[in-house]
Amino acid sequence: MNRQQWKRATVNSTSTISVTIERDADAQAQFEVPAYDNQTVLDVVSWVQQNADPTLSYRFACRVGMCGSCAMMVNGVPRWTCRTHISKVLDNGAVTIGPLRNLPVIKDLAVDMDPFFDKWVAAEAVHHGGLTRDDPIAAVDETSAERVEANAGIECINCSVCYAACDTVAGNPDYLGPAALQRAWTLLNDAKDEGRLAILDAVSGSGGCHNCHSMGSCTAYCPNDLDPMSAIAGLKRETAKQFWPWGRK
Amino acid sequence: MISLRLYMLQRISALLMAPFVIGHLAVMIYAIQGGLSAAEILGRTQGSLLWFLFYGGFVVAVSVHGAIGLRTVAYEWGGLKGNALEAFMWAIGAGLLIMGMNAVWGVTYAVGPLGGPGG
Repeated sequence: MNRQQWKRATVNSTSTISVTIERDADAQAQFEVPAYDNQTVLDVVSWVQQNADPTLSYRFACRVGMCGSCAMMVNGVPRWTCRTHISKVLDNGAVTIGPLRNLPVIKDLAVDMDPFFDKWVAAEAVHHGGLTRDDPIAAVDETSAERVEANAGIECINCSVCYAACDTVAGNPDYLGPAALQRAWTLLNDAKDEGRLAILDAVSGSGGCHNCHSMGSCTAYCPNDLDPMSAIAGLKRETAKQFWPWGRK
Repeated sequence: MISLRLYMLQRISALLMAPFVIGHLAVMIYAIQGGLSAAEILGRTQGSLLWFLFYGGFVVAVSVHGAIGLRTVAYEWGGLKGNALEAFMWAIGAGLLIMGMNAVWGVTYAVGPLGGPGG
């Protein structure tokens, strides 16, 4: 849709948006929110909180798609709300907004992110340094195959959209999930990380990368166009090599 | 909820099944050209080590592969956990193995009640 078409669509639509917010599992609240040009889903939620119901809880920080705080379910799919234009998700002038899937709800649209970040640590998706401040800085070859793999996944903003999109997480609460495994994969390929065995061990556990069914929702919904599914496939390959005595390095 | 060992066993059994499935389909298509009676089939499989190894290997691969796959389904969709989950996997694997090997034995080495082909 070009800008002219978009403006016409906006003008032709109703001047208010019918907003349904899932505040509890069985409690929905309805709001009529004025429609504006250049209005994001986060703008709509903020309008409700500032003008209709100040008790509405939600989470945001940067508003420019960097901090990963504002992800919510929008018409049933996870999205970064600060960078999602409401005109793109409206269904007959209406939208339903709920808390992220696969995470415990604290209140309204704010979920508890602890399980998500606990799994980053459980996947050894943490830096394993081997040098001290007195050592020279390790050289990074930007053209090496490993660095290309690492670079492909490092722009993750920890928004948990992939985790909410993942049907394997929904059916298997122990599963570490796409974001944590993708970070483990980038570190495995990072010349400055020396935790290879710790990472391969962590992602081979009962909640590890082998639970992934390659359904691809993580890659389909990642707002930064990252590809966690392929990163997890990389972990499967590396751990499979590790399985054989002659494949260990 | 799946270990690297089960994952590898499932992949290796899948790798083995690929030629078994293709071989089985090719034989089925070839064998029924112009019609083939049970006696004619048994005449070829009776006492044949090759067919015993082919279908015996197939059955082993299916038992391993199917049991691990159904274990995952039982966990993710059925909520089975712990020992019940492992018991479920072993029961499926053992069931497939016993029934499959029974059939393979029946068309290769079993002796029927009248001394002829068993089954």
